[in-house]
Amino acid sequence: MQVKSIELGAKELMDVYYYMRLGRAIEDRLNLLYKGGKLPGAIYLGTGQEAIEVGASYALEPGDVIATTHRDMIAQLPRGLTPREVFSQHYGRITSLTRGKGEDNYQGDLKRGMLASVSMLPNFYPVAAGCSLAFKIRKEKRVAMAYCGEGATSVGDWHETLNIASVQNLPVVFIVINNGYAYSTPVFKEMKVANVADRACAYGIPGIVVDGNNVIECYQEAKKAVERAREGGGPTLIEAKTMRIRGHAGHDPATYVAKEIIDLWTKRDPIVRFENYLAERGLLSEETKQNMINRINNEVEDAVQFAESSPYPDGKEAIEDVYAA
Amino acid sequence: MSMQPSGDRETTFIDAISQALWEEMERDQSVFMMGEDIGIYGGAFKATKGFIEHFGPERIIDMPIAEEGFIGMAVGAALMGMRPVVEMQYADFISCGWDQIVNTAAKMHYRTREAVPMVIRGPSGAGLRAGPFHSQSPEGWFAHVPGLKVVVPGTPYDAKGLLKSAIRDNNPVIFFEHKYLYRRLKESIPTSDYTVPIGKADVEREGDDITIITYGAMLQIALEAARRAQDKGISVEVVDLRTIYPLDKETILNSIAKTSRAIMLYEDTRTLGIGAEVSAIIAEEGFEYLDGPIIRISAPDAPVPYSPPLEDYYLPSVDDVVSAIDRLSAY
Repeated sequence: MQVKSIELGAKELMDVYYYMRLGRAIEDRLNLLYKGGKLPGAIYLGTGQEAIEVGASYALEPGDVIATTHRDMIAQLPRGLTPREVFSQHYGRITSLTRGKGEDNYQGDLKRGMLASVSMLPNFYPVAAGCSLAFKIRKEKRVAMAYCGEGATSVGDWHETLNIASVQNLPVVFIVINNGYAYSTPVFKEMKVANVADRACAYGIPGIVVDGNNVIECYQEAKKAVERAREGGGPTLIEAKTMRIRGHAGHDPATYVAKEIIDLWTKRDPIVRFENYLAERGLLSEETKQNMINRINNEVEDAVQFAESSPYPDGKEAIEDVYAA
Repeated sequence: MSMQPSGDRETTFIDAISQALWEEMERDQSVFMMGEDIGIYGGAFKATKGFIEHFGPERIIDMPIAEEGFIGMAVGAALMGMRPVVEMQYADFISCGWDQIVNTAAKMHYRTREAVPMVIRGPSGAGLRAGPFHSQSPEGWFAHVPGLKVVVPGTPYDAKGLLKSAIRDNNPVIFFEHKYLYRRLKESIPTSDYTVPIGKADVEREGDDITIITYGAMLQIALEAARRAQDKGISVEVVDLRTIYPLDKETILNSIAKTSRAIMLYEDTRTLGIGAEVSAIIAEEGFEYLDGPIIRISAPDAPVPYSPPLEDYYLPSVDDVVSAIDRLSAY
């Protein structure tokens, strides 16, 4: 099968930029809607994590699958998740992928290779490994990718999955977004190892640390891991070092993080950094950038309008679809 | 195991399970198994003896001790179109994979309309001097979780037919096999393909005076008590639920309409369990049929003990059922 090259072409680079910008715009808007009391539920934003969210996901090909968490809506965008679907889900409308059954980012569509995950972490590490087991049994050249944060690496499932995936040599790539905090708990209270990726040696698989704010690096290391997995090389653990520059959820001002740290990481904004990269290569003028932002703003505006004007599900649908036929 | 000419053959409970697994794996390439020691060793109870030699290690997959991990993997494989059958070495260890069952598998179709066709098999039940961690009857835990089906067969015929239905079902099915029955119970069953529907109880013995509603290994206790009652001129009907969820209300209520007296017999612990639910159904929807109280006979609200006199005291006995029949006959 034809897979994307490690070196992305101009069109692909602009795709990556689009997804990062789109993710940021959707989240900014969600934040405003949440603060304005427009949403029935909570929001969990990955602002500041756009490089790893898009970079690793973009390394997948059609037919591959991705398993994300509550904070990884942006990683579903390259799989084809639309802004209308995102806002409909948050608004609890019938037009959402879960028809109002699921909250915030627990949405998916198997046809597009994105799994609808759950709140318990990292439950979709084993689920993604199970997808890759199906690919292996059927001898399909498909790859599964699982995301979680460093907080979820304290859970037994995480270790069980890396171990089994290694023993079974499964075509799966494990992404850990180390964003500094599990809700309010800093990394030094979560683990004593310097890097989550150091744990890979315990499972006999490669463990790689990437700059989680450098989308090119995120893409390239993920791509290598994805294609190694596809060719029978087994799983890889990739740890992306970054920072969650907003609170755990919409209600959380994250006062437990020093302002200086937030300021420092805000200056490392992965989108600004990528814009500089693109501009240096003559791919992004001020005009192209503004056109992109305008296009995205229109998409987001359309999506909000769409969600707000979409009907709610009928109450009686609460008891439907508990079982498959 | 090899191809047999069709016809009936005397078959133990465990061999009925093995036959169902074997035949479904032959019939459908998407069926595969995961579990601990199921390969060369053939499983702790030998349900998969000879399987790895025939089906290969790609479809009979030995797993490390990581129930949460491989149950979660079964969900993923099921979402990708496979039909995984997971063996718990003992049903007791299913709690190690609890979260993947109740939060990941059970809620998937509700949220996404994507089917999760998977079966988790577990040898359950007491009577083998196996103590608190190898004797439990955990069906009540799972019967309370929307999105799961819970099956507990009581005969070799039903074990084979229901396991086939479970494997072909498009939902997560928790399938408990009472291990006391594995080699003690045998009957003549078809060597050919057949299924028993999930969600249908079975009137195992017809009677007019009292209904015993039961399932699993307690079916044999109920039948023995019914024979003893017959000697006293009391005609006892025995209903084998076979499926714990979804419950077959119709068969339960039809039987109570006939006998007007109900005993609920089960090996799970007493409170807030299967007996309470069946009693509530009868009280709500069959109140006018009743001539006397609904009696529950169950294990007590205690862990399953190890020492023989303790376990014998713990388990419902034929005598317990006979004295309940006598009590209820007075109404």
